[in-house]
Amino acid sequence: MTTSHAIEARGLVKVFGDNRAVDGVDLEVRTGSVYGVLGPNGAGKTTTIRMLATLLRPDGGTATVLGHDVVREPQAVRSLIGVTGQYASVDEALSATENLVLFGRLLGLSGRAARLKSAELLEEFDLTAAAKRPLKDFSGGMRRRLDLAASLIARPPLIFLDEPTTGLDPRTRLQMWDTIRRLVAEGSTVLLTTQYLDEADQLADRIAVIDRGRVVAEGTADDLKKSVGSQALQLVVPLGSLPDGVPVARAAQAAVLEVVGQEAVVTPLADGTRLTVPLDMAAAVADVLVRLRAADVEVRELTLSKPTLDEVFLALTGHGAEPQGETEPAAPTLEKVTA
Amino acid sequence: MTTATFTPPATVPASGTNSLGATASQALAMAWRGLIKIRRTPEQLVDVTVQPILFTLMFTFLFGGAIAGSIADYLPTIIPGILVQTVITTSMVTGVQLREDMDKGVFDRFRSLPIARIAPLAGALLADTVRYLIATTLTVVMGLILGWRPGSVVGVVLSGLLVMFCAWSLSWIFAFAGVSARTAASVQGISFLVLFPLTFLSNAFVPADTLPGWLKAFVDVNPVSHLITAVRELSATGTATSEVLWALLGALVVVLVFAPLAVRGYMRKA
Ligand SMILES: Nc1ncnc2c1ncn2[C@@H]1O[C@H](COP(=O)(O)OP(=O)(O)O)[C@@H](O)[C@H]1O
Ligand SMILES: [Mg+2]
Repeated sequence: MTTSHAIEARGLVKVFGDNRAVDGVDLEVRTGSVYGVLGPNGAGKTTTIRMLATLLRPDGGTATVLGHDVVREPQAVRSLIGVTGQYASVDEALSATENLVLFGRLLGLSGRAARLKSAELLEEFDLTAAAKRPLKDFSGGMRRRLDLAASLIARPPLIFLDEPTTGLDPRTRLQMWDTIRRLVAEGSTVLLTTQYLDEADQLADRIAVIDRGRVVAEGTADDLKKSVGSQALQLVVPLGSLPDGVPVARAAQAAVLEVVGQEAVVTPLADGTRLTVPLDMAAAVADVLVRLRAADVEVRELTLSKPTLDEVFLALTGHGAEPQGETEPAAPTLEKVTA
Repeated sequence: MTTATFTPPATVPASGTNSLGATASQALAMAWRGLIKIRRTPEQLVDVTVQPILFTLMFTFLFGGAIAGSIADYLPTIIPGILVQTVITTSMVTGVQLREDMDKGVFDRFRSLPIARIAPLAGALLADTVRYLIATTLTVVMGLILGWRPGSVVGVVLSGLLVMFCAWSLSWIFAFAGVSARTAASVQGISFLVLFPLTFLSNAFVPADTLPGWLKAFVDVNPVSHLITAVRELSATGTATSEVLWALLGALVVVLVFAPLAVRGYMRKA
């Protein structure tokens, strides 16, 4: 079987009890690309990766990895993938070198070749100085790097990275991004999951946004951003009504709609009302302000920011990116006002 | 970057099965890991070091006079008894550790590698033979210090090997408990339930003739009793009697029943 797709998943389902953790996920990942799976905590990212990596048996649907079915040919799939899980999958009782030598030997390298490979990877991932130290002294970033190094021993053509930068400090995060870019430059296909929009934006060629086990949007980062605007404008206006009796919030809402052409999301605050609206161009802020002035709406606060995952979610699903567990999600704090 | 690429493991043909040789070398790699862990955490070895020393001292002086008249006369009876009991008890750890291991993150990596599914299990069981070796050696040495003078050196060595083989066989029971149970604590509980009757309701400490009929009946069929008798005879005279066969047969039955069960339970999770 030949295919230009590194991953093809159709209707993947995984049910835990009565929780449909993954509920019909379709994915198509082109060979040689970086594919981002973006979603909040509990969306089903890890469960999806585990099914694709043969660690979990799907309850429904099919998936092939580089042409091999994950259920019927798991060993063939395993020989083509490297998996870096969300939680470090290295042996805490072993040193960095011992870990890599062990995995190398399991992959069929001779003792000597495994030691060479291990030294080479430790060098590559800047861990040589810590090669013999016990893992319990490793920082989060070092652990992640070792984990990634362990996934690369066989230079697999497809690499799964489950939340590779969650919990890392900003500097380590940037280093990890560089590493991932380097992998791709060498021709590997990468599927990574993340909770951060900017991470997906920075690294991924295509992104699937997943929510409650379903893909709610798919496309390039640009496609996604178009649906939310590349920036988000936040305004806070006072409570109360204008002299003509129209509530301030309602007037502001109308003004924003007129200029931006899109409904603002309205959040009631203790001493005012917040309006959030996606903007494609920062320059549009001036137009919004002019229009608000004309409408006699006082603007107490103004911020322009990159859209957060929460706003992407809001735009795509109509609810925020709160974690979803077996329990019912808490009532959304934001409401989309359609009036 | 100056990395030489290496084509995915030669051990895995496209069909995705590992050859016997590859499986063996994977099991050895896993055993190597087990040995490193033992070396790193010597406190794990408390049971195989303290128990042989404590039990030989305790039981010899406690029961020696009462059961055999004198300590020296009791040694040929009690040392094989303690040897078997200690080494077999040691095999319990396999299950507990397997359970703990399977709950760790690194296990996910093993499962995502194109290795034989059996390799981690086989490796763990293999590494644990080191524990049996330590327990065996210590018990024999303690016996010798206390004045045990076995009739045959070869017999003692063969006894040691026999006991280690039987302990290895039994460890499949505990491996099965390990892969089936949900927590390490419950594995320990189940294992004690299996071990206590097997090791204590045997002829390890007292001759079976002194027991009430129903108990004697159990003690007589208990494979552990046969093993102990085999070791007594081997170490005293160097000759293997039918007791050795009974012990081996018992061990073999255990392996034939529990190895497939353990492997199947393990595969289901692995
Ligand atoms: N082994 C499991 N048993 C039961 N529920 C699980 C298990 N793994 C995940 N879940 C549930 O499945 C849902 C998706 O989880 P997960 O895939 O880990 O999400 P994410 O990686 O996106 O944070 C969550 O509601 C989680 O509680
Ligand atoms: Mg996750």
